[in-house]
This record gives sequence, structure tokens and C-alpha cells, in this order.
Amino acid sequence: MTMPFYVAPEQVMKDRAEYAQKGIARGRSLVATVYDGGILMVAENPSRSLHKVSEIYDRIAFAGVGKYNEFDQLRVAGVRHADTKGFAFSREDVDARSLANLYAQFLGQVFTHEMKPLEVEILVAELGTDQRHDQLYHVAYEGTITDEDRFAVLGGETETISARVATAYVDGWDLDTALRAAVAALAGPDRTLGAEDLEVAVLARTTGRRAFRRLGVEELAGRLAGHRRGGRGSRAAAPTPTDGGPAPT
Amino acid sequence: MGLPLFPPGDDPGPSFAALLRRTDPITPLLAGTDTSSGTLSVRHGTTVVALRYADGVIMAGDRRATEGHLIAHRAMEKVFSADRHSAVAIAGAAGPAVQMVRLFQTQLEHYEKVEGVALSLEGKANQLGQMVREHLPMAMQGLVVVPLFAGYDLAREQGRIFSYDVTGGHYEEADHAATGSGGRDARTTIKLGWHPGLARDEGIELAVRALYEAADEDSATGGPDLVRGIFPMVATVTLEGYDTVSDTEVAERFGALLERRSAGGGTS
Repeated sequence: MTMPFYVAPEQVMKDRAEYAQKGIARGRSLVATVYDGGILMVAENPSRSLHKVSEIYDRIAFAGVGKYNEFDQLRVAGVRHADTKGFAFSREDVDARSLANLYAQFLGQVFTHEMKPLEVEILVAELGTDQRHDQLYHVAYEGTITDEDRFAVLGGETETISARVATAYVDGWDLDTALRAAVAALAGPDRTLGAEDLEVAVLARTTGRRAFRRLGVEELAGRLAGHRRGGRGSRAAAPTPTDGGPAPT
Repeated sequence: MGLPLFPPGDDPGPSFAALLRRTDPITPLLAGTDTSSGTLSVRHGTTVVALRYADGVIMAGDRRATEGHLIAHRAMEKVFSADRHSAVAIAGAAGPAVQMVRLFQTQLEHYEKVEGVALSLEGKANQLGQMVREHLPMAMQGLVVVPLFAGYDLAREQGRIFSYDVTGGHYEEADHAATGSGGRDARTTIKLGWHPGLARDEGIELAVRALYEAADEDSATGGPDLVRGIFPMVATVTLEGYDTVSDTEVAERFGALLERRSAGGGTS
């Protein structure tokens, strides 16, 4: 039998963190921000079916970056947690804070006790009754939870993207402005991202029970095209972000 | 409650009922309670109807719940949206029926969220059938629940109606269906007045009239309550989704019906 070498705990943690960060940085990033009518989530994701942004409950959405199978497992667990809680108690009793805490606990547990940390970073967004009550909980791979009130950036290169979003951010901006800023921040100065490269969803403050709505390729292209023509006037012609639309969520 | 995570071989999949069996110690499932004393007095919901019309389906139900020979509730709702494109109406023991509807609603939404796509209309009808079947032990003890299910089939672009029996057997109805204690009278009324391509107004009027006839013959079915302003609940399901018909509109239809009735000396 061989004796394992002594490795300092600092080194173990550092190695794990590095491993997780590398895994996350391989994937593409995601920007979430509040706007006047709700919360917008924009991910760079060429896939139409392997979603990074999804619905958890009436006013709660989930976004994840990193390894798909790992964050998707967390997403399903979130749906299960929320549905069970809503069924046992009431729909009003389901909140993002407790779910984000569960995620944080789980990720922290895996980070310290398992062979391999999860290579994911997730966001739990909850739509409030008004913009001041919108919540963005950002949970990192090692279980650190932060509560953002304006925007959150997940994935690799978060610092540069965050800086870009922060420069563009205007309090109470509308959906189109926020969308264009988020897309520009994700793309950077050297690239342009089209509707085909993006996955966009909103939690819209409408009268409907389920606030989550995906923006389809056509709608997205239309909203982004308004930007390319540089016309702010074209915004009026676009359907309002909060009309709920016939699209099933 | 911790995060409900399962090892790959032991995953409950997109079924909410399967999940509930594993995780939730608080909420007992529908079946499994012994009520064999047989003297239990429980609330019962009565007549519900469904019919196809030009744009989809109409579902309606009276508002009365009875407990034996007593009226237990005057404004009970028996028509529910199951999800965006389907509706479920219940007749029978009110407690388990409402619980079944909650479970069904949660199940449909749960499936849609976990899988990323909604179930087909037939899939939803099958799901409800399984729930009714699971309820059979309680039905044998007298707590019968018989739902009606209707929805807009997005693939076929038409409304479809499914009726059930206590064993969970479900049968697609061509044009209309009714169930509950006044179901026979309601069904006859609809049968006489129904024709293909019914307009929305005609459809609502026919549904309301069927409930009126049922209330006329069956003591457990409630008619329009003009004093309290309680009218049957009517809902439509079309391509645009589930929508309840406002009380004012239902009251109007009733007004016209009652006027014709009194002018004709009780017949119209």
C-alpha cells in the first residue's frame, strides 16, 4: 500500500478552483440584467434545444453556464423543488432565495467533499412586483452566493464583459436597449452576434401567472435589426416586450 | 427540504406524481386512505358539460356542491384550466376531485418545464386517466371522481373532448359530453341543439341551457342564482388558450333564456 503524499489544504482548494474555473471558461458567457419590464437573460448559445436559460416557477428563472449535464441536473432539481413546495404549500411560498441557498449549499458540499467540483456557475432570477424587488442570485462553482440588483455576468471573461455592461447600464432601461447592450457586451468589439447565436429569455412583469418567455429567433432578429439601422424609432413598431404573446412558455 | 437530486438509475423523470411519492412526506397521494365506514358525508360537485364549437371547445359547470341532501356550497368552481391549451371539469366527491385537479395541473406544468416541451393533448388525457385509475380504491368506497377533459389540439388544429369512467378508462367524444348527477339531462339538451361549426355565442348559450335543464330536473345541480348573482362557470379553449367567459356575458345569456322561458309559459 502506498502512502498518499501530504498536500496542503490550500493547495487542494486552489487546484480544485482552478479546475472548475478552466471548465467554466471553456464555455460561452451569459448576461442577465433588470430592465423596466422585468429581467432579461442573454446567453451565447447556438443550440436551439440545449437551453442555458429556463423556467423554474411562475416568477423564477434559472440560467447556467459551464458543463451542460451538470447545470441541467441542477435545473431539474430546482423545478422539482419548486413544484413540490408549491404543491405542498402555496404558489406564493416558492421563492428564489431559498432555492439559491440550496444550490449554494449543494455546490459548496460538492466542492469540498467530492472528487471533482462541478464546473458550473448558475443564476437564479426572481421577478418582483417592481424593479426594486427583482432579484438576481449568482451562485459560483464553490457555493459562493452573491445577490446582484442590476446585472450579473456568468462564465469566462466575466471581468471584461461586466465592465462593458456596467458602462452601458442605465437604470430603468427598456428591453431593446438592454438587449442590444447585453449582446454587444457578450460579443466584444471584434465580433457581432446574430439572433442565431443567441438564446434570450425574459421574466416579464405581465398579468399572467407564468412570467417566463423565450424570445424566438424572428423576434430577436427584429429587435437586433432595429439596432443595426441605428433607428430608435423602429422600437415603436416592434411588439411590446410585456404583451405576453401567444408563445407558450 | 433539500435539493431533490437522484442518482441516474433512480430518477423519477418528468412525472410529478412519481417525484411526490419519493420526496414529500406532507402531502399524501390521492389513494390509500381507508374510508370504508361508508357513512362519511362528503361534498359533491355535480353537473359539468363540454362541447366543441368552431374555434375549439366550451366547458361549463354549475356552481352547487351538495352534502347529502344539503347544499354545501353555492359558488364552487368545477371548471379549471389544466394548462394553457386544455381544461378539466370535475364531478363527484369535491375534496379528492379538487386535489386531483391540482395534481394534474402541477403534473402538466412540471412535465413541460422538465422536458422543455408540453405534452400532446392525448398525452394529457392519458395522464388524467392514470390519476383517475389510481383513485379507484377510494371510488370503490364511494368517493367517486369523474372528470371531463377538453382542449385545443395544436397538432390537429381542433378542439377535442375526453370523458372518463371511475376505472380511469377514457373515451374521446366526437362533439360533446356531460357528466355528473344532472349529466343525462344536460347531454340530451346539447344533443338536440348541437350542430357542426357552432359559433361562440351559440355554443355558450347551448352550454348554459344544458345546465339550466339539468338544474330543472336534478336537485343536486344549481341553476342561475339571480339573488346572489351566481352563474355557471363557462370557459373556452381555443388556439389562443384557456379563457373564462365573464359572469356578465353568462348572465346575459341566462337573461335571454329566462325571458324566452317565461314568455313561452315554461317551454322555449
